[in-house]
Amino acid sequence: MSAGPRLVEVRKNVLKQNDVAARALRERFRDAGVLAVSLVSSPGSGKTAFLEKTLTLLYTRYRVAALVGDLATDNDAARLARSRALVKQIITGTVCHLEAAMVQNALEGWNLNDLDFLFIENVGNLVCPSSYDLGEDLRFVLLSVTEGEDKPLKYPTIFNSADVAVITKSDIAAAVEFDEAAVKRNIQAVRPGMEVFKVSAKTGEGMAEYLEFLQTRRQHFRAAAAVPK
Amino acid sequence: MHELSIAMSIVDMAQEEAERHGGAQVQAVHLKLGRLTGVVKEALLSSYELACEATPLEGSRLLIEEIPVEVFCPKCEAPRLVDSIQWFCCPECGTPTANILRGKELEVIALEILEIKE
Repeated sequence: MSAGPRLVEVRKNVLKQNDVAARALRERFRDAGVLAVSLVSSPGSGKTAFLEKTLTLLYTRYRVAALVGDLATDNDAARLARSRALVKQIITGTVCHLEAAMVQNALEGWNLNDLDFLFIENVGNLVCPSSYDLGEDLRFVLLSVTEGEDKPLKYPTIFNSADVAVITKSDIAAAVEFDEAAVKRNIQAVRPGMEVFKVSAKTGEGMAEYLEFLQTRRQHFRAAAAVPK
Repeated sequence: MHELSIAMSIVDMAQEEAERHGGAQVQAVHLKLGRLTGVVKEALLSSYELACEATPLEGSRLLIEEIPVEVFCPKCEAPRLVDSIQWFCCPECGTPTANILRGKELEVIALEILEIKE
């Protein structure tokens, strides 16, 4: 004899596994006093160039490391290694985004206590990474001046999940008639109060302000981490 | 396109839960899907069918309840549904707000199961 269908309550977050892993990472970063920053953007917006410049400039004063996600190839890691920072590639295969477990695995063998900054470059994709917490303290979303001023409106979810927006390739802004006011307006529409930086990794324009922001953020982060739980 | 891996997680979760109920057969999965999750309903539905193939959940239905985005307006001091996720401001008074109350849900709420009893 079989009974009729019955409704049973579950109430479980589908991404629970990722969230648990992300929370564990966040705690590890906090305990080690390492500021973790992730970068998301579309392919070709200059994440790797921006990161290479960041690592090079920070390397003289801080202990910096980077994880770089890509579907295939370790070209980015090779490029970033020129900065002399500690770099590891995460090859995701067919997966279009990084997940907390991938970050966890990639960190194996690294002592977080030896680091001040950890950068996590996500796969170039403005859709999927928004759903996955990586345990980072800050998420940067990058968009280059060549991408069209309405990008934030086209991808509101990723902009909303990020903490800071970085406009890249500012050195060619005039050539492509980039409308900075429009982009800023669109960013504020999808994420009111979002901090925005405009940089050129090539000329170094804007990098000082952005690095100062990072260093201040790290000081606050360490001060907060020093407070007993 | 991460809907497939999300669909697979849903199938795993439902299967686990069904086993807890003595290997019951799952007929439907009820899911809450916030509009700010970055997961597309239509893509998730077709991914779900794929993810169910050759599992005990084959033929089961995924029932999605979409959750609108609700923010807290600091000026009205009240929760408000935003008109569009491209414009995070109070629909009543226009005050911008980033204080999100709802819209990020991705939750299996319940299962419809058929218990096989001797």
